[in-house]
Amino acid sequence: MSEENTSVVIVGAGHAGGTAAALLRQYGHAGPITLIGEEPIAPYQRPPLSKAWLKGEADADSLALKPQEFYAETGIDLVLGVRVEAIHAAEHTISLSNGRTLPYGVLIIATGARARALPIPGAGLKGVLSLRSAADAEELKAALTPGKRLAVIGGGYIGLEAAASARALGAEAVVIEREPRILARVACEILSTFFTDYHRARGVAFELDAIVEALEGESGRVTGVRLTGGRVLPCDVALVGIGAPPNDEIASAAGLNCQGGIVVDTHARTSDPDIFAIGDVSHRPLAHYHRTFRLESVANALEQARQAAAAITGRPPPPQEVTWNWSDQYDVKYQFAGIPFDVDEILLRGDPAGGKFAVFHLAGDLIQAVEAVNAPAEFMAGRQLIAQRRPISRSRLADTAVSMKEVAA
Amino acid sequence: MPKITYIEHNGSEHVIDVKNGLSVMEGAVKNNIPGIDADCGGACACATCHVYVDAAWADKVGAKSAMEESMLDFAENVEATSRLSCQIKVTEQLDGLIVRMPESQH
Ligand SMILES: Cc1cc2nc3c(=O)[nH]c(=O)nc-3n(C[C@H](O)[C@H](O)[C@H](O)COP(=O)(O)OP(=O)(O)OC[C@H]3O[C@@H](n4cnc5c(N)ncnc54)[C@H](O)[C@@H]3O)c2cc1C
Ligand code: FES
Repeated sequence: MSEENTSVVIVGAGHAGGTAAALLRQYGHAGPITLIGEEPIAPYQRPPLSKAWLKGEADADSLALKPQEFYAETGIDLVLGVRVEAIHAAEHTISLSNGRTLPYGVLIIATGARARALPIPGAGLKGVLSLRSAADAEELKAALTPGKRLAVIGGGYIGLEAAASARALGAEAVVIEREPRILARVACEILSTFFTDYHRARGVAFELDAIVEALEGESGRVTGVRLTGGRVLPCDVALVGIGAPPNDEIASAAGLNCQGGIVVDTHARTSDPDIFAIGDVSHRPLAHYHRTFRLESVANALEQARQAAAAITGRPPPPQEVTWNWSDQYDVKYQFAGIPFDVDEILLRGDPAGGKFAVFHLAGDLIQAVEAVNAPAEFMAGRQLIAQRRPISRSRLADTAVSMKEVAA
Repeated sequence: MPKITYIEHNGSEHVIDVKNGLSVMEGAVKNNIPGIDADCGGACACATCHVYVDAAWADKVGAKSAMEESMLDFAENVEATSRLSCQIKVTEQLDGLIVRMPESQH
């Protein structure tokens, strides 16, 4: 489909939406592009909000996807501080929170996900924060001064990165996790143990198998986290990081097929041929696993932005990528690729005690996923082997005397 | 501001003034130059900001870290002059730098 002059409206000016707008111009789309976002600022990168930016090592300019003048220069109509309230698919229009109605030729939904709220007493106290937007991050950074006590509720990547950054800023940190181990949903046990030890050695406390019952406060400000059993962990600021549900309500209200995210095909097209959905809000096919999934990563947002922009401008579709992600904590570079579906063996290469190792998740002779700690070669080779669906020798993979180049040869 | 020339695989040239302190990758991405994807935004985690640096500039752009070296080992179409452009900081010394982009970053 080549729709050279069609008007493209993008709902959600985040990482996916901002990238799609820029790529449409790069790919030669000549028609109007409108990019509508609820946040007051132009598209920016979120990963540094819990990492380099939080520690004060990156400025706001470096977060922005493009400089401010880019949008005017390339004829992208950037509408900020405005929420899209409804999609009228039959009429090809959307309604905005400022009362306007806007027609579209092609619509791209890139509304992302939002921080899940904690449904317990005290969640509305001052100092109880989440971390999704730049505004959230400003609030958190302002609260993390030396000696302040941070309680992180939820031991996922963002919470752990925030704890590491808090330590770098001289604040205390405790991580509270409902499961018996941190990263339970997203990493294997070897990684959980490695990161727990690494954080403990740097002064972070852990409360595992712990259920938060309420947040306690004084004069409207949080003072502690109460666990079941009654114990209270005192804190000056609490960060809730318990997942991010998709912002797919306007899509499902418009009749688009949604199943925990907006269902799309490999071109990022929804059940309506004139509507695409990209980024955290989509539920997409995973070519290498013959499954569908909702991914939450920059790599996914960018891949789907490329898919949608290619489909709209009539370019050949980009190659199907293996999902991957990274996390920076202290001086640890953690990279992972793939998803451990149908795994029958977890193979360790290297020694966690040495701070450089990788965990391969295997299904027969195929690598399904790799988790690499300070091991870029294992990550890069693993990602390629997953993409190629090429059988490997388990014994050679486990042997660090055999280089990854040789394993992949 | 240092001028950097980015040359796409198809030969298209883009001469850009890049602020000191930005990376060579940022100079391209912020100006919407095709050919550098930079999926990780400069965290040295993706190798989709691969460029070839003219040999004459090898000394001025500085040495590769072990991390960059390992990432590049597995990138496509790697040559002796390959670098990850997010790991090269722009300074006055780099005024006139020429980088070429590979056919694809994925
Ligand atoms: C602190 C933090 C750290 C992260 N670290 C990493 C990392 O290391 N690596 C990685 O790969 N990923 C990381 N992520 C995830 C990554 O940022 C997301 O996957 C990515 O931002 C998804 O892009 P998106 O455009 O789909 O969603 P978003 O970037 O969330 O953008 C969606 C935008 O749409 C707007 N919006 C929503 N509804 C409407 C509406 N109805 N009308 C108008 N606008 C609307 C929202 O306000 C938002 O601005 C991190 C996320 C966070 C929060
Ligand atoms: S931008 Fe990812 S490695 Fe350079």
